[in-house]
Amino acid sequence: MYTLSNKLRLFSIILIVVGAVGLVAGFLQAPHTIDDVKEIMAAHDAHGGGHGETTAADSHAAPAHGETSTATHGEEDAHGGDAHYEHILHQLQNKPWAALYVAAFFFFMISLGVLAFYAIQFAAQSGWSPVLFRVMEAITAYLVPGGIIMFVILGLSGFHINHLFVWADPEVVAHDKLIQGKSGWLNGTMLLVRAAIFLGGWIAYRYFAVKFSRKQDEANDNAWYRKSFKISAAFLVFFIYTESMMSWDWIMSFDPHWFSTLFGWYVFAGLFVSGITTIALITIYLKSRGYLEFVNDSHIHDLAKFMFGISIFWTYLWFSQFMLIWYSNIPEEVTYFITRIEDYNITFFGMLVMNFVFPLLLLINSDFKRINWLVIAGGIVILCGHYVDVFTMVMPATVGESWFIGLSEISAVLLFLGLFIFVVFTALTKAPLLAKRNPYIEESKHFHY
Amino acid sequence: MASKVIHALYTDDDVLMDAVKATRKKHYHIEEVFTPFPVHGLDKAMGLPHTRLAITSFMYGCVGITVAITMMNYIMIQDWPQDIGGKPSFSFIENLPSFVPIMFELTVFFAAHLMVITFYMRSRLWPFKEAENPDVRTTDDHFLMEIDASHHQEEELIDFLTNTGAVEIKIIDKH
Repeated sequence: MYTLSNKLRLFSIILIVVGAVGLVAGFLQAPHTIDDVKEIMAAHDAHGGGHGETTAADSHAAPAHGETSTATHGEEDAHGGDAHYEHILHQLQNKPWAALYVAAFFFFMISLGVLAFYAIQFAAQSGWSPVLFRVMEAITAYLVPGGIIMFVILGLSGFHINHLFVWADPEVVAHDKLIQGKSGWLNGTMLLVRAAIFLGGWIAYRYFAVKFSRKQDEANDNAWYRKSFKISAAFLVFFIYTESMMSWDWIMSFDPHWFSTLFGWYVFAGLFVSGITTIALITIYLKSRGYLEFVNDSHIHDLAKFMFGISIFWTYLWFSQFMLIWYSNIPEEVTYFITRIEDYNITFFGMLVMNFVFPLLLLINSDFKRINWLVIAGGIVILCGHYVDVFTMVMPATVGESWFIGLSEISAVLLFLGLFIFVVFTALTKAPLLAKRNPYIEESKHFHY
Repeated sequence: MASKVIHALYTDDDVLMDAVKATRKKHYHIEEVFTPFPVHGLDKAMGLPHTRLAITSFMYGCVGITVAITMMNYIMIQDWPQDIGGKPSFSFIENLPSFVPIMFELTVFFAAHLMVITFYMRSRLWPFKEAENPDVRTTDDHFLMEIDASHHQEEELIDFLTNTGAVEIKIIDKH
């Protein structure tokens, strides 16, 4: 049995408190009026300078606003008229909300990715992985609190308490034919109904799969294992549809005019590789603390192979989406990438380095996949890279060019990291670390590559 | 110089693996093992050095991507500048996305084909080559271990191999 050390508990609680305080400060810091924005911008210009040119050049992202900005350029000041300040005000007011959203979704998607990975192990009747089942079950425990938090945030956004979803703003919809056409799908009630179905299904699978796995520990035959197999197979079918719709609802709808048919797969690849990486990190951590003595180098090697392989898979999907849109160059499609390349250049290309180039070069070597500290280093970069990926998916439509990684972003990550660590490691204490009666447990213990 | 070898046949890969380990422990020299299918971990048990094929594959991949870049840069940009997807920039870097699939394909193509050819050359295999297989049953359901017998007592070696579970033991004079 694993016992949660006081140090780790304290560490996670400190993270939660620091993160919560920082996030509240982030909300309080957000400007309330146009005058606040003017002050911020003036302070910014005093040392930065030359911001006026950038805003004018940025006008392609929001054509209507761009025109006013350039038209009034000479008369008012470097920033155009009040309309422009109001625009920035909305972006800055969105910023802490968006930071909260990105971090909440990022940690939620880790546990969802692990849940899918766990189900695949059962459906494939894999023999190498049962020694890792308890680690996976513990990580999926975050699905419940993480899912509830996502649901609350989605409710606040879908009913326009905050301004994250532009389609939730009745005034915008009134002037937008495209969103009007989609409003049967994109409205607050429907969003929450669907979210409830997705979350309900995933959490239900998680509940029963873990229950069956615990009962199998005490069983004399494989009846519970066979049940696990059946619900896992059924869950995977349910999951791939709901995950796809979840990615439209929760991520793609930030840009309601834009769509991509492989977006669900793209988000899936990101959450899958983040989940597998987290399994590897937590496994290595537990081993370093003297637990999981039955996990050997070959298990770590296999996880690292998955980290490598799914990173390549993620890149493949990223590129498939990017190249077609870049090549065809249709205005309503390509604006998605133009915004990101011009306003989010560093995160857009930086995440490619972190999610593709770095894992490719580090983990291509077979021996490196067995060196724990290299796997940890690679894993941390992959996780940061996928946070930046979610960031780059959400931010351009919510805070636009007013983004920066500041107090609210860092605090939101700390808050959810603390919660994640607390929930996952508390869940680890609830059951023995070895699923001892799994029919493949002996094979898994002797797994050798 | 005539050299003597012993052929010990087994019918099970697990028995074979144990026999290989025991033989190595006794410091007998295993010349070669013939199996109907790849036996997991046999190379390690025989003490064979790790294959360097993976390194050659990486180098071939690097050659492939270089060939792809050089070729497309010459064909599409320098020799006959092309307007790619309505973007007449005539620059390699600005048209990079459309070149990536070819770069990927040629990397894989070079790595895979040259690696297979390297493997054939290294294993001394070429078309119409006579099989070196000493016993046709090793292509069906038998495993054969060939041990150098020149420097050991034959009876002692045969006794030892019988104990490891060999179903058949033959002494062969190689010339």
